[in-house]
Amino acid sequence: MKKLAFLGALALPAIVVAGLALAQSAAETGAGVKSLRGVQPDVELDVEPVFHQEKQRFVRNYRLQPPLIPHSIDKYQIDMRANECLACHDWKNAGNRGAPTLSMTHYTDRDGIQTENVASRRWFCNQCHVPQADAPALVENLFHSLGQ
Amino acid sequence: MKRTDTAARPGLPRRIWRFLASPSGVISVGVLAFGGFAAGVLFWGGFHTALEMTNNEQFCISCHEMKDNVYAEYQGTIHQNNASGVRATCPDCHVPKEWGPKMLRKIKASKELYGHFVTQSIWTEQKFNEKRIDLAANEWARMKSNDSHECRNCHNFGFMDFTLQENRAAADHQTAIDGGKTCIDCHQGIAHDLPANYLDRYREVVTDLENRGVIPRASQPEVAAVSAFVGETRLD
Repeated sequence: MKKLAFLGALALPAIVVAGLALAQSAAETGAGVKSLRGVQPDVELDVEPVFHQEKQRFVRNYRLQPPLIPHSIDKYQIDMRANECLACHDWKNAGNRGAPTLSMTHYTDRDGIQTENVASRRWFCNQCHVPQADAPALVENLFHSLGQ
Repeated sequence: MKRTDTAARPGLPRRIWRFLASPSGVISVGVLAFGGFAAGVLFWGGFHTALEMTNNEQFCISCHEMKDNVYAEYQGTIHQNNASGVRATCPDCHVPKEWGPKMLRKIKASKELYGHFVTQSIWTEQKFNEKRIDLAANEWARMKSNDSHECRNCHNFGFMDFTLQENRAAADHQTAIDGGKTCIDCHQGIAHDLPANYLDRYREVVTDLENRGVIPRASQPEVAAVSAFVGETRLD
């Protein structure tokens, strides 16, 4: 009986080491491991290039084109509560801040009534006005401006 | 046994004073001096450590009011997520670094404990949003009256390279220096969401501080001087 226990004690470390080795080889081949990013964890993924904001003033491509935004608007709050664009571009602030004023069409509500504050239908600036990045076009575009 | 001569026994304050004022009969001067010094170091270290434990982000967000509202909004803002990985945490902006003002702010903060445990004034998201404009106004008033001191712990006009800034930013910063503006005059809501009509409320805060004489009145354009310059007579 004592002899059996002794042999068992000798065998135990060997079993543990063998188990660890098996686990290690399973991890190395990645068998059974599925990564959320779609490729095996040991495959390097390239970071997508970052395209930067263009900061010049843009020529309009057609007469009624909403002007493009020549500055970064990252992290500007435009939501139900506040619109940070208006801190400079509202008619009340534009003079002090040296910013272009909103078109006066933006102070007319849908019933044609002139309002003191920007009309609610014009509240979300970036529905029409967007910044530009120096990125390649995502789809082919054959547009030609009449003026060009 | 009942004491009869109450006049012979002095009151408690006097007895404590006599005990403290009388020289020690058994402890050496060395023990008193160096022991006192060592005890002072230990006490101060302990006090400071305990204070700093209440002065970090983890402590701030141990209350759900902070964690679910302001901390959640702070995620992804420029002071939490940026190119260089430098971060400004809650106390960097909301607690002064200097000892005296820090103690004052900590004492004022006891009202926040009262609000948390007793009145539960911002306990739910709805309650928080109802009070948001008042809470923001408190911070605006603090920053306007101390010249945005906590911003300037890191951001200093003297070390800004305007040539590296966007053109409009460089121009506006120069205007701010010339006009004696402070950071919070333009940069409200950089780490937390803004409430409705925030700009009107901010202007009220500034007017109120001016009326109370906390900050100097913003200089108005001198109409007479301008009129004289352009050669017109004032029409009033």
